Amino acid sequence: MKIIVLVKEVPDTYGERKLDLETGLADRAASESVLDEISERALEVALAHAGSADGVEVVLLSMAPESAAATIRKGLAMGAASAVHIADPALAGADLGLTARTLAAAIRRTGFDLVITGNLSTDGSGGVLAAMLAELLEVPNATALSSVEITADSVSGTRSTDDRAMRVSAPLPAVISITEALPDARLPNFKGIMAAKKKPFETLTAADLGIEPQDLSVASSIMTAIAEKPPRTAGVKITDEGDGGTKIAEFLIENRLA
Amino acid sequence: MTEEREALIAAVREFADAELAPNAARWDAEKHFPTDTLRRAGALGLGGVYVREDFGGSGLTRSDAVAMFEELAKGDTAIAAYISIHNMVAWMIDTFGDDVQRERWVPGLTEMTDLGSYCLTEPGAGSDAAAITTSASRDGDDYVINGVKQFVSGAGSSAVYVVMARTGEPGAKGISAIVVPDGTPGLSFGRNEQKMGWNAQPTRQVVFEDVRVPTTNRLGAEGDGFGIAMRGLNGGRLNIAACSLGGAQWALERALGYVRERETFGAPLATNQSIMFTLADMETELQAARALLERAAAKLDEGASDVVPACAMAKRFATDAAFNVANTALQLHGGYGYLHEYGIERVVRDLRVHQILEGTNEIMRLIVGRDLVNRL
Ligand SMILES: Cc1cc2nc3c(=O)[nH]c(=O)nc-3n(C[C@H](O)[C@H](O)[C@H](O)COP(=O)(O)OP(=O)(O)OC[C@H]3O[C@@H](n4cnc5c(N)ncnc54)[C@H](O)[C@@H]3O)c2cc1C
Ligand SMILES: Cc1cc2nc3c(=O)[nH]c(=O)nc-3n(C[C@H](O)[C@H](O)[C@H](O)COP(=O)(O)OP(=O)(O)OC[C@H]3O[C@@H](n4cnc5c(N)ncnc54)[C@H](O)[C@@H]3O)c2cc1C
Repeated sequence: MKIIVLVKEVPDTYGERKLDLETGLADRAASESVLDEISERALEVALAHAGSADGVEVVLLSMAPESAAATIRKGLAMGAASAVHIADPALAGADLGLTARTLAAAIRRTGFDLVITGNLSTDGSGGVLAAMLAELLEVPNATALSSVEITADSVSGTRSTDDRAMRVSAPLPAVISITEALPDARLPNFKGIMAAKKKPFETLTAADLGIEPQDLSVASSIMTAIAEKPPRTAGVKITDEGDGGTKIAEFLIENRLA
Repeated sequence: MTEEREALIAAVREFADAELAPNAARWDAEKHFPTDTLRRAGALGLGGVYVREDFGGSGLTRSDAVAMFEELAKGDTAIAAYISIHNMVAWMIDTFGDDVQRERWVPGLTEMTDLGSYCLTEPGAGSDAAAITTSASRDGDDYVINGVKQFVSGAGSSAVYVVMARTGEPGAKGISAIVVPDGTPGLSFGRNEQKMGWNAQPTRQVVFEDVRVPTTNRLGAEGDGFGIAMRGLNGGRLNIAACSLGGAQWALERALGYVRERETFGAPLATNQSIMFTLADMETELQAARALLERAAAKLDEGASDVVPACAMAKRFATDAAFNVANTALQLHGGYGYLHEYGIERVVRDLRVHQILEGTNEIMRLIVGRDLVNRL
């Protein structure tokens, strides 16, 4: 069985995330880049299955700038068998549609039984990539799983919504996305880090995948405006002159916060 | 730094941030030796950093090791220092043991399911280590060991004790290195010493009363023990010095944050030139120490002929510089630096002993000075 895990490099959540107002792209230099935690959890799902079943091959796939290679290699250090890195300046600033088309082409090229993604990336937060991929690959899709069971020919799991938990399942091949409810990823150990440099690592361009980034015949979204997030305004200060409690209550009622 | 070294250091940093730093203050206060955490350090590969890979070692270089111990010490200096001693023991068995000995002891040590202790110092013999009197007398195919070892790190928790004992004539040539497993009849331990620092790891006397082990537990030939003990200390000194560097670097970073925020006389402390100069000196001393350490580690990797003085001068310089930097960081914090809560005083207490053990800094000067004079 071949499991493809989609991993994304994102700015560290601890740093302040910024948009470049000139290009409209995320400013990657503004903070340290890391493997998105949700991608790591997706990888953990695959590795846990590979550890308990025979013949499971885990492949990493990422579309990211060339500088992300070290971050992707961390996934190899954690235990994935190989990696495919789509690195092409022409794909910079790709919208979800182009991202999905490109990743789907790479997934077809590699071959797959199961694709695992995060439900929502930390930076783009589109939350729809898994669904778009399933559509393009013409396979079933189970999203936002908080538990996953994989067998030789099916995948099932729990999908939590606000008022209930659903049991869902799909025959393979399929695409699933997982949530933060799944366990933290294992830490890579020194042996894994040393082994990672010997594992297959393929770097592809859009052309290798037959993707034309500027193809105007495909619908794509255009960003029309971008602005700095407004500075935080000072809050309201209530001075206690004996009636502080009443004033706070009035403030809360007035702002429909009570 | 190569991408690979960076990835290794990043893994150590993640471990130190997640497993050590949040617990360091509590382990110090409660004198708790976290053997479960050490097992996770073993799973990471920290149990035998420069031990060969066939029995579970990580097979890395001394240059990798110093960078790792610096990073580890930023999380908890006392635990990093214990892991350094453990590595020295694992390396001694891996390097001087035969395959039977290696197969028996190295896997547990590299996994850190078994911990190691180094037993050289005695109540009557510290700096003059060749004067030890603990004896191992031959009785058929066994050694019978009698004597007392002082200040043994990890004692009472360790599974494997590498004991330097006298098997022959007085002086360095009459000493052998013998592995004594925990649980051997006649082996017992003193109380956990009450110390200024290094509270997160135990230090005890190890007492040998007719402790009988087979002669096949001896590492190398009879009479090789002193040389083995000293070879172990070359790397040990670098790693202890790297632990000093990590503790001091952490303290410097804390101080940097503090002087930018703390205001006196209407301005942040950092605006005083005297404070800026102090910070500049702290940074310079640590960079110089790091350069000396990297130099010595490279010599150890290459097997250079002047490795002994190179390690000694790096250990002397780095442990002195780092203690002074940590102590200065405490001063820069004013009264807050003296509170447990800020963590700085703990690092100062922990680093103080690095100027004393694995050869005092006076003995380091003796090594460097002797080498200089003999070269003339
Ligand atoms: C300034 C800015 C402007 C943007 N403008 C537009 C726009 O106009 N129209 C538009 O459609 N989108 C736009 N985007 C979104 C951007 O294109 C998406 O972030 C990107 O396509 C990936 O989607 P996501 O991370 O939001 O996916 P999500 O659906 O949130 O990701 C879910 C999971 O998919 C996988 N995944 C996502 N991306 C990758 C990748 N590159 N490689 C491997 N796996 C991946 C991961 O497993 C991830 O956890 C904009 C983003 C920014 C920062
Ligand atoms: C917390 C702790 C943990 C330790 N862990 C271990 C361990 O795991 N295993 C182990 O074997 N040992 C261990 N030690 C022992 C340590 O290595 C010794 O304490 C150290 O080598 C010094 O020996 P000493 O205490 O006997 O001092 P002494 O040798 O008595 O020295 C006293 C002072 O005299 C100075 N001095 C000695 N000779 C000379 C000279 N010729 N010229 C100038 N000055 C001189 C010394 O530098 C020192 O300042 C540990 C010690 C401590 C405190």
